[in-house]
Amino acid sequence: MQNDLICAGFGGQGVLLIGKILAYAGMHEGKEVVWFPSYGPEMRGGTANCSVVISDRAVGSPIIAQPRGLIAMNLPSLDKFEPTVKPGGLIIVNTSLINRSVQRTDVEVLEIPCNAMAMEAGSARAANMVALGAYVGMTAAVQLKEAEELVRETFAQKPKLVDVNLRALHAGHDFAGAHRADQAPTPEVRS
Amino acid sequence: MAKKLMKGCEAIGEAAIQAGCRLFFGYPITPQNEIPEYMAARLPQVGGTFVQAESELAASNMIYGASAAGCRCLTSSSSPGISLMQEAISYMVGSELPAVIVNIMRAGPGLGGILPSQADYRQAVKGGGHGDYRVLVLCPSSVQEAADLVIDAFDLADRYRNPVLVLGDGLIGQMMEPVEFKPRPPVALPPKDWAANGCKGRKPNIINSLYLVPEVCEQVNHRIAARYQVWEEKETRHSGHNLDSKYDLLLVANGSVARVCQTAIDDLKASGVEVGLFRPISLYPFPIKALREAAARAKNVLVVELNMGQMRDDVDSFLQGRVPVHFYGRQGGMMAAPEEVIEQARAILAGRSN
Amino acid sequence: MQTVFARPESLATVSTHYCPGCTHGIIHRLVGEILDELGVRERTVGIAPVGCAVLAYNYFNCDMIESSHGRATAVATGVKRARPDLCVFTYQGDGDLASIGMGETIHVANRGEKITVIFVNNAIYGMTGGQMAPTTLPGQVATTCPLGREVETAGWPIRMAELLASLRTPAYITRVAVHTPLHVAKAKQVVRKAFQHQLAGRCFSLIEFLSTCPTNWGMTPLEATRWLEANMIPYYPLGEYKTPE
Repeated sequence: MQNDLICAGFGGQGVLLIGKILAYAGMHEGKEVVWFPSYGPEMRGGTANCSVVISDRAVGSPIIAQPRGLIAMNLPSLDKFEPTVKPGGLIIVNTSLINRSVQRTDVEVLEIPCNAMAMEAGSARAANMVALGAYVGMTAAVQLKEAEELVRETFAQKPKLVDVNLRALHAGHDFAGAHRADQAPTPEVRS
Repeated sequence: MAKKLMKGCEAIGEAAIQAGCRLFFGYPITPQNEIPEYMAARLPQVGGTFVQAESELAASNMIYGASAAGCRCLTSSSSPGISLMQEAISYMVGSELPAVIVNIMRAGPGLGGILPSQADYRQAVKGGGHGDYRVLVLCPSSVQEAADLVIDAFDLADRYRNPVLVLGDGLIGQMMEPVEFKPRPPVALPPKDWAANGCKGRKPNIINSLYLVPEVCEQVNHRIAARYQVWEEKETRHSGHNLDSKYDLLLVANGSVARVCQTAIDDLKASGVEVGLFRPISLYPFPIKALREAAARAKNVLVVELNMGQMRDDVDSFLQGRVPVHFYGRQGGMMAAPEEVIEQARAILAGRSN
Repeated sequence: MQTVFARPESLATVSTHYCPGCTHGIIHRLVGEILDELGVRERTVGIAPVGCAVLAYNYFNCDMIESSHGRATAVATGVKRARPDLCVFTYQGDGDLASIGMGETIHVANRGEKITVIFVNNAIYGMTGGQMAPTTLPGQVATTCPLGREVETAGWPIRMAELLASLRTPAYITRVAVHTPLHVAKAKQVVRKAFQHQLAGRCFSLIEFLSTCPTNWGMTPLEATRWLEANMIPYYPLGEYKTPE
């Protein structure tokens, strides 16, 4: 059993952070984890991405040619990584900043307005937490309570931010839950 | 210390501190900047000293000085910077000084690129600078192993009075994995009674590699070379994957790309194909005997590297024609994918390869 | 019988390889006398260069490290940072300090490493046989400028004391000569001051010694002394260039 994904966005959107939270949560659950950041010249150009692998077995290459998951926080990220996602994989699209839909038809898509929902939760800067919550809600790659714990740890020095980020995390998680309930095929459809 | 997610570079820095290193001299170069950055923040917390040198030439000569004074010290760099450090490394061997040097390799030649590469294999294992010498080369393939090998490197350097090189690449340096620093039993090491640290109560010590009398210089060369013999007997390290199976093909890979091979082997196994992996951890001394044993059970050997076949040449000479040796490599910062390795392996197994 | 003149304990009881008329011997002695007088021989580490003084590690009776060409001050940095309690000096010529080691020299001074640099400027490469140095004077003949140094192509000689004195980091930078007994006596006071600054943890110190090289200048020792007086001192004025703030 392996979950792997690429989190991608502008520098400052916190994509590296949510990748780290996923890796930490996986580690706490006793899984093998690897986090690998983009450190190429694009790092200076304002975009950032990282890959995360959470696995039951030792992780081979942390460079994921065909990720099972993609969190695209902005349009350049979707443009770059959409073609790479493994058939049957998941793409989470931040519709607050991305004005096109996913072209691929062989992947699952969650369209979610991360920035708008983060604003509602109390801070636009928590858009990454909305995406993280959504990813956890869609994949159960790690447990929500592990992610919550790590959010508390991350913002331990700035207690005001804990609640905002937790609200954003839950909003994303709930959104994914509702989406999955909508998508769940009824027995009639199946038969 | 509990398990912690750390970047390879940070784990290397922490490992040095755990090994009692209190001095770091370095110069920024991607993709290893997290080592000097970590040391700059961490060393003052433990009463240590960090110096940002003006160049790799200076940094490496600073560790020459600190080591000559009898203290554990570290420098790190990436390929182009390591080339500049070869001067001091050669002098440290000649002066029989311990030192730990970390090379987080990037692609070359020239300025190359900053992405993972193993293009400095030959430079590392054949000596690297001028003169007839070797350094002990340790090559981790995970963050935990990087940390463990750095701690070992300090002991080995002190035991043999010779520089030890820890050879990783951008992947090992940049990725984060869980790492744990377990308490280690103290290791008995020879006293540093040779150090230049003040001659109170004894005759002055001289740290030197100049021997103008050829007979003496020859003796020094022999004395230094004698330790390589000891290394070959006592200090080889290797690991493997799926070596218990009945494999026809043996992969040989080190460091980051060995991980890719491991994934490829697992995927092949799932489809009923058995392939083994031999992973040298000490690149010099190379675990020749173990390689021969593992290769003796295979019909073919495939060396996978992130260069043009530098270790392949060594494997070829170690196996002395006993088994056909094939090669697959990526260069320039391109990482081999498991699928590529699988394709190569299948081609060889089907008798379709070079 | 009363001893009125003896070898300083800080100098080894060996003969040096220096040429007749060369002032390296005097400079060694001054350093040795000061190490004795300050009582620091047993906690001193000296760094020898590449050049004429390459064998200095055999001449000083304290712990010594031989460094690669130009890197003596980097090595000294390593020693001093590892063991701030030690007294550390480098002994370097003009090729070592002002050419191949220029980067190290400027940065060690600018970091304010608490070491003492003994810089011997004889305006030529001695050990390799008389090639042009960064301090070779305009028109001065050397084996790699057989018609004399041309400033149009080789530039003007570098005045190290002035160059380093332009750095802001507190330092003690002085230029002295040792070609007359009076100059030797003055130079000894400067050497003492330089080491005292180090021992007080005050600053980086560098003494530029104008030195003769009769062999490679193609002169008798006396002619060399006169040539230094007539040619080097006007271009490289003696004096204190920087004292700690």
